[in-house]
Amino acid sequence: MARIRYSAYVGKHRDTPFPETAGATVGAVLAAAMADDPIFRSYILDEQGRVRKHVTLFVDGETVKDRLRLSDPVRPDSEIYIMQALSGG
Amino acid sequence: MDKLRIATRKGLFFYHREGTRWVMSREPAFLAEPVTYALTDPRDGAIYVALAHGHFGVKLHRSDDDGVTWQELPVPACPPSDEPDAPAVELIWSLVPGGNDRPGTLWCGTIPGGLFVSRDKGASWQINEPMWNQPSRPGWFGGGYDHAGIHSIMVDPRDSDHILIGISCAGSWRTRDGGQNWTVVGKGMMAEYLPPEKWDDPVGQDPHLMAAAPTNPDRIWCQHHCGIYVSDDGGATFEVIPKAGPSTFGFTVAAHPTKPDTAWFVPAIRDAYRVPVDGKFVVTRTDDGGKTFKVLNRGLPEQSWDLVYRHGLAVDDTGERLVMGSTTGNVWTSDDGGESWVMLSSHLPPVVQVAFA
Repeated sequence: MARIRYSAYVGKHRDTPFPETAGATVGAVLAAAMADDPIFRSYILDEQGRVRKHVTLFVDGETVKDRLRLSDPVRPDSEIYIMQALSGG
Repeated sequence: MDKLRIATRKGLFFYHREGTRWVMSREPAFLAEPVTYALTDPRDGAIYVALAHGHFGVKLHRSDDDGVTWQELPVPACPPSDEPDAPAVELIWSLVPGGNDRPGTLWCGTIPGGLFVSRDKGASWQINEPMWNQPSRPGWFGGGYDHAGIHSIMVDPRDSDHILIGISCAGSWRTRDGGQNWTVVGKGMMAEYLPPEKWDDPVGQDPHLMAAAPTNPDRIWCQHHCGIYVSDDGGATFEVIPKAGPSTFGFTVAAHPTKPDTAWFVPAIRDAYRVPVDGKFVVTRTDDGGKTFKVLNRGLPEQSWDLVYRHGLAVDDTGERLVMGSTTGNVWTSDDGGESWVMLSSHLPPVVQVAFA
């Protein structure tokens, strides 16, 4: 089960930690974890499901490469980290 | 009207009137977050605040208790697409009530040129597909932003199905059936930035802001990229106003609530500069339908480079009180129709929109 963590800045908009979530890709994990919080999902992904321009995702410390379809693989013990990209201000 | 809302790059500021002064009512809402538009709905008092968060995109919030508490709402969304460069909403640029006979209905104009409607106080949004699917859309272009945007939405108080919208840059469009069918209007406008053979192309126009006179909604004032225009047939045709004080370039316009011949503008050197002419910051006002303009500067700085954006000027429902905010973070008010101005603050973040409530 993958863990999802996020920076304190991102945490301004989500006060409840995500439960550990199953999924083989970044997209699958995020979809399952955020299914009941579509407003927070909209903070991370746009309405086309793409990672927002000024949001950065990591899997186990590596920057997520597929920002369009979120196909980067996730292992059962992976950690996805969400942060605000400093390019956004 | 005794309340002011000042939307800025760093939050929404509230003021109210005490005697002859405006005073800050409370701590700003959404401090540090870019507010792009705030609507206080006169039908029920609800406040809607649109944000364009630097990291997390467009957000929308509503308060039903005059700004004490807020509820986050879903935001308008572009139709789903698998295309890598599919459009997504970048900015909420206008938000207006859908008519006194349609409680809870709101129209929302966005960049990239999507028009949306909510019939439940923002709890859900539907894109207006006839407007979204206009065949001319691929030729629309941005005005100050990467993509075209809808900044002006005028719902006719005589008929809520009759709506005129202004788009930078795709001209002005009118529907008579609540948005099922749209016609590009605005004959007479001239897009002098285009190749000369395209100057009169109605879809190439950049109406910076349009305002309908409330007591004569067929009278439309338009501050266009290339000058000031006025219409007496609901926006179908426009006549250019050749002279209006120091310049006919600017971004904003405000229409008098009861005198259709009166409107205010804030001029600047045209597009290559966008600062006051000769560094003299003034407001202009016509009281005769655009034939003549009075230059108003009492109380305004002798020398400044303030610029007032599209929604940075507002008049209250008496026509006497005005408020104006600049990109320099200066805000002025007037109690006498703009004849004289008093500085409210010179220390606010850049101002994008002002409104009375």
